[in-house]
Amino acid sequence: MAEAVIQTEKLTRKFGSFTAVDEISFSVASGEIFGFLGANGAGKTTAMKMLTGLLAPTSGEATVAGFDVYRETESIRRNIGYMSQRFSLYDDLTPRENIRFFGGIYGLGSSELREKGERLLDSLDLQESADTRLAALPLGWKQKLAFSVALLHEPKLIFLDEPTGGVDPVTRRRFWDMIYDATDRGVTVFVTTHYMDEAEYCDRVSIMVDGRIAALDTPAMLKKQFAAETMNEVFIQLARPAKRGEG
Amino acid sequence: MKRFIAFVRKEFYHIVRDRRTAAILFGMPILQLLLFGYAIRNEVSEVRTGILDMSHDTVTEAITDKLFSSGTFIFAGNLQSEKEIAPAFAAGRMNEVVVFEPDFAGRLQKDGVARMQVVTDGSDPNVSRIVTGYTQAVVSDYLAEQADGSARQVGVEAVPLMMFNPSLKSVYLFVPGLMAMILMLVSALMTSISITREKESGTMELLLVSSLRPVQIIVGKVVPYLLLSFVNVVTVVSLAYFVFGVPCRGNVALLFAESLLFIMTALSLGIMISTITNSQQVAMMVSLAGLLLPTVLLSGFIFPIHSMAWPLQVISNIIPARWYLVIVRGIMLKGAGIAVLWKETLTLLVMTVLFMAASVRKFSERLQ
Repeated sequence: MAEAVIQTEKLTRKFGSFTAVDEISFSVASGEIFGFLGANGAGKTTAMKMLTGLLAPTSGEATVAGFDVYRETESIRRNIGYMSQRFSLYDDLTPRENIRFFGGIYGLGSSELREKGERLLDSLDLQESADTRLAALPLGWKQKLAFSVALLHEPKLIFLDEPTGGVDPVTRRRFWDMIYDATDRGVTVFVTTHYMDEAEYCDRVSIMVDGRIAALDTPAMLKKQFAAETMNEVFIQLARPAKRGEG
Repeated sequence: MKRFIAFVRKEFYHIVRDRRTAAILFGMPILQLLLFGYAIRNEVSEVRTGILDMSHDTVTEAITDKLFSSGTFIFAGNLQSEKEIAPAFAAGRMNEVVVFEPDFAGRLQKDGVARMQVVTDGSDPNVSRIVTGYTQAVVSDYLAEQADGSARQVGVEAVPLMMFNPSLKSVYLFVPGLMAMILMLVSALMTSISITREKESGTMELLLVSSLRPVQIIVGKVVPYLLLSFVNVVTVVSLAYFVFGVPCRGNVALLFAESLLFIMTALSLGIMISTITNSQQVAMMVSLAGLLLPTVLLSGFIFPIHSMAWPLQVISNIIPARWYLVIVRGIMLKGAGIAVLWKETLTLLVMTVLFMAASVRKFSERLQ
């Protein structure tokens, strides 16, 4: 396997007496699409926040893109892309302005930014709407744009937090084509999702239950291991005994 | 720097794109000033005044003449006894009765003290207070003209407030308070809303995950509002000067510098609010109830601080607008300089540094 882009060792986060993430250990290889699954409240978001440097771990070790999650959060942030479940561009700005802003805060030069921006608008077929406020565009387009914007500064690793929430299967499929394109260029993808068909698209999948990683393997191996037809069955088998409910 | 410029440009887009924000930012100061300046004028004219002169001597007649020559008071008749006062008020024939005690000139001569009473219709306390003040001003004017040591002690004391605002023009009093209110509203309310909006929409997460430092985010949020608030200061001061003739007797540069300081105070309060709340609604409520109301009620803008109950007087000390008000009134109306106002300035400065440090610290703590 190629070098590890994410490496965790007994990574733990407690909130008071509640252990949100309980000694998780895993590694993500370069160029991999790593699915990070779990029911609501299983600890996915907390784990993701620790990996993106937004939340300090309570104990355990982890490196992201080669940087330590305790001490080198700034370097981590510079080297990752991030797209959140909630649609996360500015609705009152146009696509072109959004591109310019996010490129700008990642320190891209203006000529580089203009060139990249135009190429991006071309490839997304957004030239016609480039100066319309984002609020008027369909959600699927916005998500594609958000994904592309998150890759603007050419990070090695991108975190996608439920990137396809709320769109139809066809749009979702197209979105995944974009993810595959990115991995072809060597980008590592760390993705959370609630759609089990999407879990099938991942190279490897981990399933969190009650703050722990209950299973981690390729979708094919997981199905075999749990004697299941689909990832959905695997997930339900694992998540049913969960003690934590919604939340 | 490049990142910072990108950030500030984005903030300006937000402000200009959102009509409501733009309207509040630019329309409100002008509207408020015109409202306060024209509609809510407090000065009274045509005060129907009755005279109850139990002395009828040269001094009482001279004071009466002086009163009616000012143009504000209209002679509404002579009264014969105190019993007639209440019915005259009730019928609306008079708003004010001036009573001179018997042997007014004689007592003034003999004891150096003579008494006159200004009776006003207390059912409208605001008007009453103004009418009384105005009458007092006229009387002390008269006494000053006499330049006679013994006469100076007569009846009413001179009220220092009127020194700088002889006709009690309300717009003089409103402008400083209005500036405090507008700056508080624009700076604190707008920043707290704009930061919590990013929290609500999820873009704050994105900013935090980006390579921007928390301090850069805060400064980027603050700079546009700092500029806009400053534009508002200039607008209000020039409107006050050109439209209402409010003087600026002190140094204009000092006034603007002190205003910048107050804007910083308000901005840091806005940031502090946004660090403790996650929704625009809550931020708005906290800003309005926690900042705007005290600014209006407890700063001395509307109610004088020295006439408040002592707990409120104590509380008024922690309200930045209180100090700003002293500064603005000092500079605009009294022509005071930094030598007089350094204490208030220092207070604001300390407050700003404290708020700023607290909010940056709170903001820098990682999410949750």
